[in-house]
Amino acid sequence: MVAPAEILVKSSSENVLELVLSGQWNLGQNLPSTDEVLHRLESSAVKQIIFDSQDIAGWDSGLLTFVKRLRKQTEEKTIALDISGLPQGAQQLLALAAAVPEKKDARSAEKRRSFLTILGEETVELYRSTGQLLDFIGAASLALMRFIRGKAMFRKTDLMLMLETCGGQALPIVSLISFLVGLILAFVGAIQLKLFGAEIYVADLVGIAMVRLMAAIMTGIVMAGRTGGAFAAQLGTMQVNQEIDALRTMGISPMEFLVLPRMLALMIMMPLLCLYANIMGIFGGMVVGVYMLDIGFMQYFNETVAAVRFWDLGIGLFSGFLFGVIVALAGCMRGMECGRSASAVGDAATSAVVTAIVGIIVTTAMITVICNILGI
Amino acid sequence: MGYGDFILMRDLNFTIYHGDIFIIMGGSGCGKSTMMTILIGLKSPTKGQVLYGDTDFWAADQQIREQIIRRGGVMYQSGALWSSMTLGENIALPLETYKNLSAAEVGEVVELKLELVGLAGFKDFYPSEISGGMQKRAGIARAMALDPEILFFDEPSAGLDPVSARRLDDMIIELSESMGTTMVVVTHELASIFAIGTNSVFLDVSKRTMTATGNPSKLLAESQDPTLHMFLTRGEELEK
Repeated sequence: MVAPAEILVKSSSENVLELVLSGQWNLGQNLPSTDEVLHRLESSAVKQIIFDSQDIAGWDSGLLTFVKRLRKQTEEKTIALDISGLPQGAQQLLALAAAVPEKKDARSAEKRRSFLTILGEETVELYRSTGQLLDFIGAASLALMRFIRGKAMFRKTDLMLMLETCGGQALPIVSLISFLVGLILAFVGAIQLKLFGAEIYVADLVGIAMVRLMAAIMTGIVMAGRTGGAFAAQLGTMQVNQEIDALRTMGISPMEFLVLPRMLALMIMMPLLCLYANIMGIFGGMVVGVYMLDIGFMQYFNETVAAVRFWDLGIGLFSGFLFGVIVALAGCMRGMECGRSASAVGDAATSAVVTAIVGIIVTTAMITVICNILGI
Repeated sequence: MGYGDFILMRDLNFTIYHGDIFIIMGGSGCGKSTMMTILIGLKSPTKGQVLYGDTDFWAADQQIREQIIRRGGVMYQSGALWSSMTLGENIALPLETYKNLSAAEVGEVVELKLELVGLAGFKDFYPSEISGGMQKRAGIARAMALDPEILFFDEPSAGLDPVSARRLDDMIIELSESMGTTMVVVTHELASIFAIGTNSVFLDVSKRTMTATGNPSKLLAESQDPTLHMFLTRGEELEK
């Protein structure tokens, strides 16, 4: 059975207090506090504290932290602590811990910042990061131009791999999301249209909404989470491992070697995925139309075809193309500006997703306004 | 050199001669790796020049800088091999990018470089499939791919057992003697410093400047700087 740690406080002379320690002084055991010792100090003229540790059965950092705490508390009262009665190992460790004095200015103290200071700093940071964003977009554009001129330096196998990752492997998730979005649109629309006996226009609603807008947005958001985050994590990890530095010191542009294949893959695949999402979304709406609203299959199909215009398809596919660029740029930019730690990689992935989604929504708003102005 | 307003080191003035095995040494946090990043073109100095021959690297235009960079090779502390490529592909990439070689010729050069570092037969292995020491050697093989005039090593012995560290030192000496390549090595491993170093610079973290330059063994024998002496003797105080 483990003897509990105990402390017996004795006055060995008028000015000297003796602490007799016994039992197991290990962390996790119920160790005595320094209160009893301090209480005895209050009502006496003690100038020195000594230890008797002959009856200690075992010790670890629990004993050391007790003595350190006591030392700190007695230093304030200018009472000397004589540790020569402690176990030899404990004495050596306490001496080692005290050997290098604490560096007081190791971390600069955080000054309280006023609201205006914070506002100013955030504004400057916004200006700086906007500049960085424009720099990155510019560099990516230059890389794209070099690709068009046939001078970009990247591996074709990387592009093929990205096409597979961004295209074929995304089909299951895009299928599910698009089908459900079409289903939900039809369901919500049907409730209102039924009141007017106009259930057939569910086909128009789902068709136009999916083809013009929703397929591109939902696919963009799915790809932002799935692919944009992955790009950020891949490039962030490469940054941590100095792989991007290794490319730079070899004179190989990371923009051309890493960013370009990813951007090209999404530029090619996103419109195709949007087209696929259109079909799945219309199919989802068709399920509601046929099974809930008793609309015939061919009737639903014909109504959809009649409602969806060429411009709707064009706007949808163009939006998909733009969203692909946004997702790729957001993912790659956050990855390449990632810090050199594991947590920074996680932050980069999160930031990439958020940046891409915000970019998609802002771009959608702009496209909507422009289409409204152009009357298409 | 520094970061933002914080000056890490100032008044650094030294020369690396052709054929040197030049050691950049100093205590932890003195800026050895930061100096390396300035020399290899990843970070610009806060103030001053880095001259390659007569060319001021940081004042030159991008094209000239790229040409200078290609004359050098860098071995990073953990190898920094591209994890999505095999060792062979890692070494082949600079060859395919800058040399007009056929696939067969590239393959031959790759095999040669791997043989030089004792990794013959590991061409098709991925970095994750080999040990840390082997990754470092593969990193050297890649750094040597274009037969550079100057090779940079960032803490080559870090994390290696003594025997592997010794083998790496022997390889550095062998490469220097056989190819006449200038080597710049960032390290604080004393055994390596004395085994391979022909020239060096010591960065004193407390004074934030360089305090000695020259052959490490000569510095140990002749220098009266107590900080340098303590560094080179693992803590012995200088006898006055």
